[in-house]
Amino acid sequence: MLEIRGLTKRFGGFTAVQDVSFHVERGEVLGFLGPNGAGKSTTMKMVTGFLVPTTGTIAVAGHDVRRQAVQAKAALGYLPEGAPAYPDMTVEAFLGFIAEIRGYRGGTKRDRIARVRELVHLEGVMRQPIETLSKGFKRRVGLAQALIHDPDLLILDEPTDGLDPNQKHEVRELIRTMAAEGAAKKAIVLSTHILEEVEAVCTRAIIIHQGRLVFDGTPTELEARAPRHVTKNRLDHVFRQITTGVGAPPDGDENRESLAENQEIPVA
Amino acid sequence: MNHVTAIVKREFAGYFSTPLAYVFIVIFLLLSGVLTFYLGDLYGSNQADLSPFFGFLPFLFLFLIPAVGMRLWSEEHRSGTIELLMTLPISLWQAVLGKFLAAWAFAGVALALTFPLWITINYLGEPDNGATLAGYLGAFLMAGGFLAIGSSLSAVTKNQVIAFVLTVVVCFAFVLIGLPPIVRGLAGFLPPNMVEFIADFSVFTHWDGIAKGVLELRSLVYFASVIVTFLLATMFVLELKRAD
Repeated sequence: MLEIRGLTKRFGGFTAVQDVSFHVERGEVLGFLGPNGAGKSTTMKMVTGFLVPTTGTIAVAGHDVRRQAVQAKAALGYLPEGAPAYPDMTVEAFLGFIAEIRGYRGGTKRDRIARVRELVHLEGVMRQPIETLSKGFKRRVGLAQALIHDPDLLILDEPTDGLDPNQKHEVRELIRTMAAEGAAKKAIVLSTHILEEVEAVCTRAIIIHQGRLVFDGTPTELEARAPRHVTKNRLDHVFRQITTGVGAPPDGDENRESLAENQEIPVA
Repeated sequence: MNHVTAIVKREFAGYFSTPLAYVFIVIFLLLSGVLTFYLGDLYGSNQADLSPFFGFLPFLFLFLIPAVGMRLWSEEHRSGTIELLMTLPISLWQAVLGKFLAAWAFAGVALALTFPLWITINYLGEPDNGATLAGYLGAFLMAGGFLAIGSSLSAVTKNQVIAFVLTVVVCFAFVLIGLPPIVRGLAGFLPPNMVEFIADFSVFTHWDGIAKGVLELRSLVYFASVIVTFLLATMFVLELKRAD
């Protein structure tokens, strides 16, 4: 569903993303991890066609993001970081606009809006201007906007950031449901700082550090890299180890080696 | 084309969702009234035409049209909605055109609301309504030209004030190079062909005829080229920002 090869992005002299390759299939929920500034958002912005890669290729549902931009964008739904939306529009008008851009008119448009309204629970706020909504509701509007066309690929940049525990739980439940929804299985990529979230919803995790891919595997595999003596917050420990080099050399490539060594430590 | 329509609808409604649109229209109507009746002395001229109104219009538009255009792209940059807009399945030209058309339509509404002036001259005498219509059409085209300039400059910055100032400066240059004192000054040290060439780039040169009710084909071509050129420039700037 999503295929990334040799993706690199430079801003002037600074390399934000360096030679990143991975792919995501239907039914997978990929947790995209990394410290702030590691290149997560930059990668997502390239996948969704907002930024142009310096080198490398991205294919969404078989469409090259650069050469078949409109088709690729039609196949994906995107929640940008902070869920930007036109503040003076009402939720209804905003979703109506997105639906029209996505090619829905009349009854289909109403059905599409009604479906996402129920899916993310926007019933009470449809007539409110978006600027008057709480952070949680704004995030839901962003999710609704990304889901209106029931996309095959969903890209969510920090979907639970700034939400209260109940709202976080709700969003996670929603993600799990969507990933497993019978025949219409989606591929979902979500970035997060919260490692418990990875355990809770992701089938696979990727860690990016200083623009490079430093881990690609299941959350269980990731956890298995923690030394035996660590019994609490094992994922946090591995994450710190990979991204700060605690107990390992700081350079990205050597990190990989140290990880390989760590893997040899038997896990109980 | 559906995409463009959806964007025009959203943008146009956006103008009226804040008091800004109404404030703008009131200011525009007040100023055009004051300029036409007091400074332009419509009654004293004993002429039933709108040349006093059209005579001042380029200078009125110089400040008011950039105020309409300044938010076109800078607001998208500032609020981050540009990321939303640019990741929707539309082409860049559709977004640029849609936003421009909405702003143009808004300017058209403001212009149309000066209809009491037209009623006034028809009450006072028997004006050449064809000439008035040509004047309005020319004014609408000029607004489009200024808005296209505003569109490209608001794509440069996320700060609306900077976008406004830059647009005023560029639009002013476009008016200035055709003003008689400037043309005379240029004629002092440039060959006549060159002076004419430069003056042809000026809004003022074309406006001169339009204000008198003569809308020439070359003026139509001129304003159309300004609009197309600056909309292409908008696309270029946005594309540059994407690759940056």
